[in-house]
Amino acid sequence: MNRSTIDLWVGIFVAVGFGAILFLALKVGNLITLDRTPGYHLEASFDNIGGLKLRAPVKAAGVVVGRVEAVRLDPKAYDAVVTLRIDRDYQFSKDTIAAINTSGLLGEVYIGLDAGGDTVMLNDGDRITKTQSAVVIEKLISQFLFEKASENANAGGGADQASPKPPGKTVEGAKK
Amino acid sequence: MSTDVATGITYWLRRLGGTVTGVVAQLGYVARFLVAVLWHTPDAFRRIHLTLREIYFSGVLSLVIILMSGLFVGMVLSLQGYETLKRYGADEQLGILVALALVRELGPVLAGLLFASRAGSAITAEIGLMKTTEQLAAMEMMAVDPLARVVAPRFWGGVISMPLLAALFSACGIFGGYIVGVKLIGIDAGAFWGQMKAGVNVWPDVTNGIIKSLVFGAAVSLIAVFEGYEAKPTAEGVATATTRTVVISSLTILALDFVMTVFMFRGANVG
Repeated sequence: MNRSTIDLWVGIFVAVGFGAILFLALKVGNLITLDRTPGYHLEASFDNIGGLKLRAPVKAAGVVVGRVEAVRLDPKAYDAVVTLRIDRDYQFSKDTIAAINTSGLLGEVYIGLDAGGDTVMLNDGDRITKTQSAVVIEKLISQFLFEKASENANAGGGADQASPKPPGKTVEGAKK
Repeated sequence: MSTDVATGITYWLRRLGGTVTGVVAQLGYVARFLVAVLWHTPDAFRRIHLTLREIYFSGVLSLVIILMSGLFVGMVLSLQGYETLKRYGADEQLGILVALALVRELGPVLAGLLFASRAGSAITAEIGLMKTTEQLAAMEMMAVDPLARVVAPRFWGGVISMPLLAALFSACGIFGGYIVGVKLIGIDAGAFWGQMKAGVNVWPDVTNGIIKSLVFGAAVSLIAVFEGYEAKPTAEGVATATTRTVVISSLTILALDFVMTVFMFRGANVG
């Protein structure tokens, strides 16, 4: 094997190897966001963003139309302000509803946009006013358990009226 | 009776002490050998064609086995991962599973093990045979330092080849995972790549994988050249040295991988 052939093969090997590293960095990892499609920004504030992460998709009817670009806390209202970057091809009406959803039980968290019927469209830098916060599972569970508990308390109180249980307590529990 | 016990205890203690001293002395010897090899680094790069030749033998000629193994590992990972993820309805996360497993662990480790058995053993056998046939001694007679002429180029050839091979292994594995996951099973291609991109970070994941493979390359190359250089100059000695290279390199790779994983990834994904 003469030297120039070896040089050629080593050159090919090193080039392909660096190609693989680039592939891992750009295509597999997220070194540079290669979102070259021009877009515009919208803002939306939520009470609670749950597990929403940067670069999470923004979907309308299940189609990805943009990405979450920034998340910050409004220091006055204590709301989370999320900046969305939407593809320029898609326009949304003024009364669009933004909701934080989860795909599946363990799936990714994304922002779903539900377009309304308004004829005025949102422009760059506008704020989506109608938002729906993330569902926090722990809150749901505790709410559910609490309702169950108060139902049981009600049912128990109704079933044996002879019992000397003070009725005021169950009413109070149900109200809560 | 009691003197018997005493001599027995001193005997075992002496053996224990001897073993420990031997291990420490051997480690020190390897460290000095490494320093000597590093000292001759300029020689390896001044006569670059020697190093290029070694990259050809340990890198280019390992390509086929690395690429094929990577492809199959990725395909199997994809199949098995899908079966498990499907139970939780999270089969769209397959891309992350395949990519993270390959980039963080399997790429560097498996490529390192293959490299140790494919290239490391060859280096040891070559240097060992050079020693047996007194080529190294002949070089010294001609005032050519074998460390500069033979050992350093092989060491650096391995150090340079290994990260590239590991990256190719990972890339090929991800491609294999893509073939099985998207083409065969039918996961949405956008979800596969999108989830992967969202879940794999360049800094903690890809870079640490490359650092791992660099360390493995240095460890395997050092063990290979050391075992070859220190082989007993007999046919049997070369055979033993080759076996030792593969066994010690594999164990070193696994141990180093565990240690580095503890430092690199513990709590890396929290927050």
